[in-house]
Amino acid sequence: MKRYLDFYLTTMKIAIQEQFQYRAQNYFYMVGQIVEPTIYLVVWTTIAKQQGGSVGGYSVGGLAAYYIVWTLVRQMNIVLTPYDWENRIQHGQLSSELLRPMHPIHRDVAYFAGWKFVRIFIWIPIAVIMALIFKPALNPTWLQVIVFIVAIWGAYLVRMLVYEALGLITLWTTRVSAIFELTFSLELILSGRFVPMTLLPLWLQHIAYYLPFQWMFFFPINALVGQPATSALLTGLVIQFIWILIGVLVVNIVWHFGVRRFSSVGN
Amino acid sequence: MPTPTIEVTDLSKHYKVPVREAGLKAATRSLFKRTHNTVKAVDGISFTIQPGEVVGFLGPNGAGKTTTLKMLSGLLHPTSGTPGVLGFEPSRRQTEFLSQITLVMGNRSQLSWDLPALDSFELQRAIYGLSRPEFIRTRDEFIELLELKDLVKKPVRNLSLGERMKVEIIGALLHRPRVLFLDEPTIGLDVTMQRRIRTFVEEYNLRTGATVLLTSHYMADVEALCKRVIVIHNGKLLFDGDLAALVDRFSAFKTICVDLPNGYASFSQYGEVLSQDAGHVTLRIPRERTPDVTARILAEQRVEDLTVEDPPIEEVIEKVFAQKSAEA
Repeated sequence: MKRYLDFYLTTMKIAIQEQFQYRAQNYFYMVGQIVEPTIYLVVWTTIAKQQGGSVGGYSVGGLAAYYIVWTLVRQMNIVLTPYDWENRIQHGQLSSELLRPMHPIHRDVAYFAGWKFVRIFIWIPIAVIMALIFKPALNPTWLQVIVFIVAIWGAYLVRMLVYEALGLITLWTTRVSAIFELTFSLELILSGRFVPMTLLPLWLQHIAYYLPFQWMFFFPINALVGQPATSALLTGLVIQFIWILIGVLVVNIVWHFGVRRFSSVGN
Repeated sequence: MPTPTIEVTDLSKHYKVPVREAGLKAATRSLFKRTHNTVKAVDGISFTIQPGEVVGFLGPNGAGKTTTLKMLSGLLHPTSGTPGVLGFEPSRRQTEFLSQITLVMGNRSQLSWDLPALDSFELQRAIYGLSRPEFIRTRDEFIELLELKDLVKKPVRNLSLGERMKVEIIGALLHRPRVLFLDEPTIGLDVTMQRRIRTFVEEYNLRTGATVLLTSHYMADVEALCKRVIVIHNGKLLFDGDLAALVDRFSAFKTICVDLPNGYASFSQYGEVLSQDAGHVTLRIPRERTPDVTARILAEQRVEDLTVEDPPIEEVIEKVFAQKSAEA
């Protein structure tokens, strides 16, 4: 346990050092990511104004809060994509990682966790500018703040495990982009990323409740900007925890069979 | 007899590879009917290596050397056969096993490109759970042995190829592995750097008693480090024994070089004259006739100096592969 803690802290430090070297790239990357929620925000704000000041229970200020918090949750949700798994196998990096007396997923979880600190650091001024422009209405309770802090890390782990499991399919197929794009489309609609979940048809909300996506986006955002009951907040954390357990199980099963297929030809 | 460090019995790795003719027609046909070939990268090889041995693993490109090393280090699952390393089954990739081995691939980097090597070493410390005093002692010892000094403080991307290889080797050995698989560790390096790496491996073997299995296309590496060699070709084992025995078995000739004080003299009566210029003759003599011919030259000619040499090891290896290819 001590060794893993040491490894996680060291890897996180290394991630921070590496990513600070590429701060300009991180900034441009982030600016690109801010465009997406800004478009959603402008569209939904316009609709809300046309409907008398609110839409789906969100006021104009509420929508601003939703999408500004969205940008933070998006930073927390950056994980190793299946494309990275393709590269990792094609360029032989996996061979080096397999030689370590540690599952490669530990490196991924630790590295991306460290990277978050850089992203959040450079996100702060962008969030301040967005807040000045869009004037969010945000009045969370202390419980909401605490649940949000836990939930954004839970969201990170759920998303990391979902995409690790997908990425591991590369051990069979060499290319996994098509499956990734399909999953990404589902995520866009069913996670609260494109639109707050409460604006979706009821039947779609029911389906989404049993899928992992909304626990990566909507749950942490709503925990801070909505008015969820205490029971809903705690249930959400439990559901995230269950998805993390499912993710660990699936990744282990896929890994167990996939690594036997690894051919490492030429690498 | 101690328990062998590496014990390989009837080890094979076969790949099923899709094949098709070139062109759009063949590509369309392959959508409905795929044809596969089975490539026998390693085909039933067996050998054992004792603790502390340094063994050269030789073969032409595609012979199956790297595939074997990958199976021995747990990267690949064998198709059949049982590789055993330090009593472990490598493909199970147990922590105790991976903590005692290393695989260095000359064309592969394990270090962070953007950071000084010192930071990557720190990560290795955490991965292997090394105590800080032990880690610092080993790290500084290796840095001194490889004469790296302040180079470890420069980002890895700013190091030359040779310098990078040195820091790669340090990173791979910080946990003081008992078994080293070295796959072309000196590839692309200049002669001085090759020698430095060789000396370091030799020193590591002497200090720690580690077992080393080395592949290299540079015969100087093999001659300097390995008393024993294993030769494979097309996945099959061709030879396993002393380097000297390999030369004896596969080289039918020796070379006699003679320095003469009085310029030219006729030497064609002794054997094939490979070259002759003022004061120097090189002859190729069948191995079994070498003592007789040497004695005759010394008796019949005025000789300033005479040496009998085995042919270069590259030549012998080339001959082994050529002979076995012809047999196949």
